[in-house]
Amino acid sequence: MDLEHTPQDEDFRSQVRAWLAAHVPAVPLPSLETEEGFAAHREWEREMYADRWSVVSWPEEYGGRGASPVRRLIFEEEYHAASAPGRVGQNGISLLAPTLFAHGTEEQLARLLPPMASGETVWAQAWSEPESGSDLASLRSTAVRTGGGWLLHGHKTWSSRAAFADRAFGLFRGGPAADRPHHGLTYLMFDLRAPGVTVRPIGRLDGRPAFAEIFLDGVFVPDRDVIGEPGQGWRIAMSTAADERGTTLRAPGRFLAAADRLAALWRAAADPRDSAVRDRVADAVIAARAYQLFTYAQVSRPAAAGPDRPGTGHGGDGAAAASLGKVFWSELDIRLHETALDLLGPAGELADAAGEVPDHGRWAEGWTFALAGTLYAGTNEIQRDIIAERLLGLPKERRR
Amino acid sequence: MKFVLEAEQAEFGRVLGRMLAAADTPGAVRAWAAGDSEPGRRVWRRLAEAGVFALAVPEEYQGVGLRPVELAVAYEELGWHAVPGPVVECAASAVLLARLGDAARGQDSGTGPVPRPEAGSGPGARWLPRIATAEAIVSYADRARGPYALDADTADVTFVRDGDTLWTSTASGPVQPSLDPARRLARPHTDGAGAAAAAAAAAREAVTAGAYVASGPAVVRAAAHAADTAAFLTAAQALGAGRRLLAETVTYVKRRTQFGVPIGSFQAVRHRLADVLLALEFARPLVYGAAVALAGDEAGAGREIAAAKVAAGEAAYGAARAALQLHGAIGYTQELDLSLWLLKARALRTAWGTPSECRARVLGTPAAL
Ligand SMILES: Cc1cc2nc3c(=O)[nH]c(=O)nc-3n(C[C@H](O)[C@H](O)[C@H](O)COP(=O)(O)OP(=O)(O)OC[C@H]3O[C@@H](n4cnc5c(N)ncnc54)[C@H](O)[C@@H]3O)c2cc1C
Repeated sequence: MDLEHTPQDEDFRSQVRAWLAAHVPAVPLPSLETEEGFAAHREWEREMYADRWSVVSWPEEYGGRGASPVRRLIFEEEYHAASAPGRVGQNGISLLAPTLFAHGTEEQLARLLPPMASGETVWAQAWSEPESGSDLASLRSTAVRTGGGWLLHGHKTWSSRAAFADRAFGLFRGGPAADRPHHGLTYLMFDLRAPGVTVRPIGRLDGRPAFAEIFLDGVFVPDRDVIGEPGQGWRIAMSTAADERGTTLRAPGRFLAAADRLAALWRAAADPRDSAVRDRVADAVIAARAYQLFTYAQVSRPAAAGPDRPGTGHGGDGAAAASLGKVFWSELDIRLHETALDLLGPAGELADAAGEVPDHGRWAEGWTFALAGTLYAGTNEIQRDIIAERLLGLPKERRR
Repeated sequence: MKFVLEAEQAEFGRVLGRMLAAADTPGAVRAWAAGDSEPGRRVWRRLAEAGVFALAVPEEYQGVGLRPVELAVAYEELGWHAVPGPVVECAASAVLLARLGDAARGQDSGTGPVPRPEAGSGPGARWLPRIATAEAIVSYADRARGPYALDADTADVTFVRDGDTLWTSTASGPVQPSLDPARRLARPHTDGAGAAAAAAAAAREAVTAGAYVASGPAVVRAAAHAADTAAFLTAAQALGAGRRLLAETVTYVKRRTQFGVPIGSFQAVRHRLADVLLALEFARPLVYGAAVALAGDEAGAGREIAAAKVAAGEAAYGAARAALQLHGAIGYTQELDLSLWLLKARALRTAWGTPSECRARVLGTPAAL
């Protein structure tokens, strides 16, 4: 066991750092939850792609660098330390792509991945429905067989960035055994601008259209846009849902960088004798480090590590381990931002005062963003149930 | 000893609650956030008719004298209904002006009571009756706590304390959005009055600038009292907001079903709400304890207020976090009225004393204010 990176990995880090130093915009881009910011972020994805930095872990043929999991973590550390822009392509890159790598056809990979990596096609995730949140398997939107493809009907909601995105992927009731909750779901992709699609933006707490609902009225999807076998959607989705919770969505670099900024803010702004605040800052720094090391342990583990052995740090259930990470990072993120806003004192109330308090707007928008982390990607209540059942072996709570 | 509300006080709360429930306060909040204060002003006038603002105004200025318990009852209702505007700052201004008496355009010697020129000439006479009737919406900024005044863009006048000088402003700089869009923060305009006042104070001579109010140690003392009042009323308001967040969430989790059952039947949900209730139920006695201390003008009232502010602020914020979590994604939208309380709870937590400052105060180590 050691924590030294190889010289080659450190080399990789230097390359990343140099590229970021030369390219990260000096003035932060406008919020990606606005039309203007969305376009600017798309442009940033294109710039990264041009130098093959947008998807470092992908194979070279799709625009990546075939980077190892450790290098991907190093990349994220440098990326966040450099305060580089948020990733507008994230849904596609971290959620759809792993699914395609596991279940997609060669044709799909070749057709879908490069424009995803370059920001030309920005993807939205269309899983949730108004009545199907935590209980996703109760979803009702349908995919009905038609010549050469499927017709979609129904109502999806909370689809992040769908207001400005190009395409979406989601689960639909259709295919064999369509009437049974977990069976008969088909996983497919559709155009957000196809006939029959209506997208209505929804304002999040700060009013920005960060997500949207999607109405589908007879939307045609060709067979080539089905992922995996029809009727196998649930299995496919669950096999990759862990990616959403785990490190592909929220790598430790993000929290390490935020913890560094928080510590700097504390040094600049706080009375060091105020031990309550000092302890909160220290705890956030410690937790960010813990998440980093936890993640290094996860990626260092041999692929087939055997059955669950909770508490040993060597559990084999990667999906359940991702639940541990998800609860941890989402709660850490809220603590980090709450502490920063408290440290800012009365100015902590300001929603955006870039000109007034340096770095301030990032903490306020970051707080709003962090608040959702305990909800999306499976709520923390659901994650704790998974942890209790799959890692601790406790019996299920009674549900219908 | 009888640590419960008198029947009349409880009835006052019920009457206010009924009146506010009929007043579409969410609509007024949204309009206020968008810069249209008229619906909010209507609510203010009805509050004044019910006697709310008179509770901080001395009798000689058409008030009923400082009545902290009644104020706590009222501000809890204001929090429950999310009434927009500088409600706390308005009452704090009243306390400030009442303390200064009609002192006014001069400065005191620093020890004795502030000299009282003939009634009817100073800022007390000018503003206190209008505060009692909500004829004027009044805000207040204490520079020692930050440069912004709540709703200075809407208020008819903003009192500004800067060191030992008090002055007024009727205009403001651009609005800096708060995390709570209904709280509009702006720097009060000085129009040079601040500088003139400071110069006059330094020279220890009266100035005639219209915006100058008073200077001297009396201002510092009155401002301390105003800040205590503001912290106390913020705590009461937070308590009301927190209770509302809990009530809305309880209703929601009984109705929303997942996995074929109401989500309120899941233990994770039940226990989280039980914890919210615990925090609120133990914050409330501190708020009313502070009211009693303030009414008695006890020397230790400041600590009681700081304790109440921490407890109520944290309880309300905890209620907000739980409300957001248990509503799921729909709670994370601006469309649902719940957001009005969620964001207010965040702002009230740090307004007029951060948790850290208040905790220091409880232990008798006042943060540098
Ligand atoms: C900012 C944001 C972005 C999102 N982006 C997307 C997206 O891009 N695509 C997409 O498809 N969806 C997205 N979602 C939706 C997200 O996946 C859902 O919010 C989540 O699955 C919860 O569903 P719900 O909101 O319907 O809450 P509900 O399922 O109604 O849950 C309400 C509350 O009840 C609790 N609860 C429910 N069941 C149980 C149980 N069995 N035990 C204990 N507690 C329980 C929950 O934990 C929660 O606290 C997003 C949500 C947010 C907030």
